[in-house]
Amino acid sequence: MADKLRTQQELERLQAKYVGTGHPDTTSWEWRTNIARDTYSSIVGHPSQLAYMSLALNEPSAKLRAQLLRKMVQPCGPPPPREDQEMYMAPPTPRAQE
Amino acid sequence: MSDADFETIRKLQAERNAAAAAKKSSRTFDPSNQRSDNTSTKASLTESFDTDLYSRDGGDKYAGYLTSLPADGDEDMQDADADNSRRLVGQYTATKSQIEEFAHGDGVEEDDPFAGRGEKSTRIVDRETDYQKRRFDRTLTPTRADPFAANRQAGAAEDGDSYREIMERREIEREEERVRQAIQARREAGETNGEEHQATLQDGNKENAEAGSTDVATTRKRKKRWDVSSTTVDEAAPEAADGKAKRSRWDQAPALSAPGAADASKKRSRWDQAPSATPVGNSGLVTPMHPSQAGAATPSFGTDIAGPNAAISDEELDALLPGEAEGYKVLEPPPGYAPTRAPTHRVTATPLPSNYGGFMMQEPESGRLGQNQIPKEIPGIGDLQFFKPEDMAYFGKLTDGSDENALSVEELKERKIMRLLLKVKNGTPPMRKTALRQLTDNARQFGAGPLFNQILPLLMEKTLEDQERHLLVKVIDRILYKLDDMVRPYVHKILVVIEPLLIDQDYYARVEGREIISNLSKAAGLATMISTMRPDIDHVDEYVRNTTARAFAVVASALGIPALLPFLRAVCRSKKSWQARHTGVKIVQQIPILMGCAVLPHLKGLVDCIGPNLNDEQTKVRTVTSLAIAALAEASNPYGIESFDDILNPLWTGARKQRGKGLAGFLKAVGYIIPLMDEDYANYYTSQIMEILLREFSSPDEEMKKVVLKVVSQCAGTEGVTAGYLKEHVLDEFFKSFWVRRMALDKRNYRQVVETTVDIGQKVGVSEIIERIVVNLKDESEAYRKMTVETVEKVVAGLGSADIGERLEERLIDGILHSFQEQSVEDIIMLNGFGTVVNSLGTRCKPYLPQIVSTILWRLNNKSATVRQQAADLISRIAMVMKQCGEDALMGKLGVVLYEYLGEEYPEVLGSILGALRSIVTVVGISQMQPPIKDLLPRLTPILRNRHEKVQENTIDLVGRIADRGPESVNAREWMRICFELLDMLKAHKKGIRRAANNTFGFIAKAIGPQDVLATLLNNLRVQERQSRVCTAVAIGIVAETCAPFTVLPALMNEYRVPELNVQNGVLKSLSFLFEYIGEMAKDYVYATAASVVKHIALGVVGLGCEDAMVHLLNLLYPNLFETSPHVIDRIVEAIEAIRMAVGPGLVMNYVWAGLFHPARKVRQPYWRLYNDAYVQSADAMIPYYPNLSEEGIDRHELAIVLAASVVLKPLIPFNMQGSAVLL
Repeated sequence: MADKLRTQQELERLQAKYVGTGHPDTTSWEWRTNIARDTYSSIVGHPSQLAYMSLALNEPSAKLRAQLLRKMVQPCGPPPPREDQEMYMAPPTPRAQE
Repeated sequence: MSDADFETIRKLQAERNAAAAAKKSSRTFDPSNQRSDNTSTKASLTESFDTDLYSRDGGDKYAGYLTSLPADGDEDMQDADADNSRRLVGQYTATKSQIEEFAHGDGVEEDDPFAGRGEKSTRIVDRETDYQKRRFDRTLTPTRADPFAANRQAGAAEDGDSYREIMERREIEREEERVRQAIQARREAGETNGEEHQATLQDGNKENAEAGSTDVATTRKRKKRWDVSSTTVDEAAPEAADGKAKRSRWDQAPALSAPGAADASKKRSRWDQAPSATPVGNSGLVTPMHPSQAGAATPSFGTDIAGPNAAISDEELDALLPGEAEGYKVLEPPPGYAPTRAPTHRVTATPLPSNYGGFMMQEPESGRLGQNQIPKEIPGIGDLQFFKPEDMAYFGKLTDGSDENALSVEELKERKIMRLLLKVKNGTPPMRKTALRQLTDNARQFGAGPLFNQILPLLMEKTLEDQERHLLVKVIDRILYKLDDMVRPYVHKILVVIEPLLIDQDYYARVEGREIISNLSKAAGLATMISTMRPDIDHVDEYVRNTTARAFAVVASALGIPALLPFLRAVCRSKKSWQARHTGVKIVQQIPILMGCAVLPHLKGLVDCIGPNLNDEQTKVRTVTSLAIAALAEASNPYGIESFDDILNPLWTGARKQRGKGLAGFLKAVGYIIPLMDEDYANYYTSQIMEILLREFSSPDEEMKKVVLKVVSQCAGTEGVTAGYLKEHVLDEFFKSFWVRRMALDKRNYRQVVETTVDIGQKVGVSEIIERIVVNLKDESEAYRKMTVETVEKVVAGLGSADIGERLEERLIDGILHSFQEQSVEDIIMLNGFGTVVNSLGTRCKPYLPQIVSTILWRLNNKSATVRQQAADLISRIAMVMKQCGEDALMGKLGVVLYEYLGEEYPEVLGSILGALRSIVTVVGISQMQPPIKDLLPRLTPILRNRHEKVQENTIDLVGRIADRGPESVNAREWMRICFELLDMLKAHKKGIRRAANNTFGFIAKAIGPQDVLATLLNNLRVQERQSRVCTAVAIGIVAETCAPFTVLPALMNEYRVPELNVQNGVLKSLSFLFEYIGEMAKDYVYATAASVVKHIALGVVGLGCEDAMVHLLNLLYPNLFETSPHVIDRIVEAIEAIRMAVGPGLVMNYVWAGLFHPARKVRQPYWRLYNDAYVQSADAMIPYYPNLSEEGIDRHELAIVLAASVVLKPLIPFNMQGSAVLL
């Protein structure tokens, strides 16, 4: 009982520290959002990678950086409505594409 | 020393050995002639029969025992207390005997042979002194009104006593005290009449009348008394409504009035009462009644000793009454009949005759009662750790089995609190935790009243134990935070309970008490604290004043000194009573003791506040003022002299005027102020005070002597006081009056004199001191010699011996040798002194070394074991110096003699001899050692078997040293023998020994190759003891480390085939240790398969190219992910993590994706754990490996961008990224 509580607290602490960590009730949307954000931030965070991409895309790296940062806002669209909360990776729905 | 001498000693030793051997065969039973060597066949009446235990050679059967007891046994106690006890001793004006009592624990603990063993030893009362027990005299006063409440209309505790009422009551108490003393005085003056009268008055002198059960107390009003003029009219009304007869406090049988029985309280004349029913003995009356105790006081008939009135059990009734065999039967109770619950049978706690004159029989708590009435389980609580009979009084309500639905909300609340408290107090740790949390969370709903009404009486219980008190105090601490200003009406009650903690012997209890009071003052606010504690400042009882002063100091530290300063100033100037002034000054004294240098900013204010009290007309106040100044100066050292400017004059003139105890205090203050001054002033003031000091040098008062010595050492330590001044004015007088034999006899004086002399020595130099005391080394009094040696040791250790001239050096060595030889009781002080002096003189010792060594040799040959031990110890101390002096030949001789003594029978001595050998080996080196190592080591082998800790420690050290430095000097067979003996060492209790043994295994294995050692170790895996096996496993690991793993692993794995659990376990364990020790060396052995090893292997091979093996391991490991045992799953997850480190996250995460969104939560759980761990450790590295989720609406095409041969490709088809990032 106390043990469970402790794990719970530990998980909460972990999550406060690392946004990207998950728990059994993490929805697919949350996870995907995190993946996308992590990806962009990783690219932005490694200057050499950013330089590589800007060279490949023929864009100024500052501009590309701004683009990537902007993409981090809701990279997977708005959160799904609460009632059809997905517990597992659902097949793509037309709504998600919109 | 001549060779002839040396030979003599050798010869003597040989004879002694032979004699010992002969003795051994003859002393005990001799099978050849079937009788012992005694002329008579009968056992001697005067000698010990058991020759094994008490060897009968000569008069030395007490060797190894202390033959004399130290004159003052509390030396250690003093020491142990010294760091924090100054708070306890000497601050309240207790008599010397009381202070002594403190140090000795009043004999309660020491004298009771079963203390510490019996189950009651943890009880707090058992170790309290009489002074501390006075806390039971205090009562939980009625709830008080909260004049500072924000909205007075809503104040529930509106009906509490007001400040004015309390002050009036204090006035009455003082008057009572005065009357009582007057009567006492008159009685002592001659008329010894009626002992009962005396008892009556004493009984009534406390607040018994007002005390009683706390909830009654809130409604009970003041009694009309002839000497109180101001009883307001409105108070009379509710009392009349209560229908309670007004009682004179004298005839009251207090607190028998339970809530239910309030109206039934009849007037009792005390004359018809049996003695035991008088209030004093009954603890429930002096302390307030717990609500649930109501009615517990069964009406008593005659001498009530609970026993005769106890309930009779069913079995007893069966035995007493005719049964069914005789035609009788037990009738069923009619339906609907509810037995009147016997009111909780309070087994009256052992009465404490605290202020009762006569002898009282302690009533044993009837075992029968206890057995029958203590329920195993309280409904709604579950299993408790324990349940004491006393608990029944408080928690009995829970067992009465009444219907919860029929109870009112208030009662339900009460029960709820009761249950939670019981869980906290008696429950198991997890139970306690949840209950504590519930209490804290719901504190405001429960309300302060119901909570404290239950907690506080529990804390006043006499049988309370440390643990319980700690837990209850913790409860108070927690709920204080929550209740905040709701506690105000209860502040005094809490203080009554908590204040005694401030003078507890236990340091942690004191800290706990401080914390509570500090939290309390933060919650209640300064105004409440002051108005609550103000009446106690001039309380009649010194105990109350003392604890109140301490509590006030805590309040000051919690709320800041400036906040309290105006109040303190007022109290210290109180015109009305000297007690108030005394307490006020005491508060100021306690503040620096509590806060240390934090008083500095307010130093001026504090000093000004108590300054005028230096000239108080009361001696006690003057004394405590000087002590307070001393405390302030001590805390502010080395700053703040300017704050003391104003009082310097009164202090110094006061010191001239005072005599006796007052003077001691003044001198103490002076002693602490002088170090703060700058040089000139210090010099001037020292010369001023020195006159008095010199006069008091000859004071017969012990207390004064101590203070004088302290002040002298403080003066000597100050910059401004020059060596010249000390030499000229102080030294002669000082040595004349303190370096006398008599001072050496009292332990305290002894220590103080030594300290002061050393302090003076810091100023005037070594030779000045030693010159004066060196003659004492040849004094006839042993204690005096010892004192001298100790002083010499400290001075020389502190200042070196460069200052000592040739002649003095000679006298010193001569004296020390003399006192060393003359000691009748071997003392570590002599040894230390000798060692320090010799080491400090260094090469200057060379001329004396032959003499010293010959002394040692003679003493090594002494009959007494302690003398031999001391001689051996001395060798280990001076071995270094002997080497420096180039006396290698002498050392060789010593080595040979020591070698001969290896047959020593006393383990303590043997240990010292081994230690001496070790130090010789260390300084001369293995190759130069005399006797040669190849002779020495075989003699050590059997000694390894010795079970004595000191022997083991020294042998293993010596053997390990030899194995490390010169293993070639002994053949392999001998080393193997040693290996076998070493195995036993693995069972030693001391960790150091086990570790040394393990290391020695490593050295030996290195010396003779691992095979044989390993075989020995593997065999040892079969033994029973776990500790031994664990150590063996560790040893195998060490051997593998020193001799390369490939030599060990095959044998180890072969051993795994032995069909025995212990061995297999051991093998696995040693594999685990092995891989832990060898670290990177493990890369060649990754195909070994043992689950717990995987982690260490994996971590060992990070980056070394063993990924294939790791993936293989992972495949084997992964199915175990759903283990439920917490330890197993932890290990598995750790191992998987380790493999992730070895092979990179990409590959391992492939295993993880599958389960993150599994329909079953049980599956998702561990997978997310793995994911989180990976994420925390290597989120960045995971980026390329996330699964391809383009259909999911996440298209990370950025990752697919490739710059190839100056052509920019934007692949539109996202490719499968399972596994690794494939680019084009």
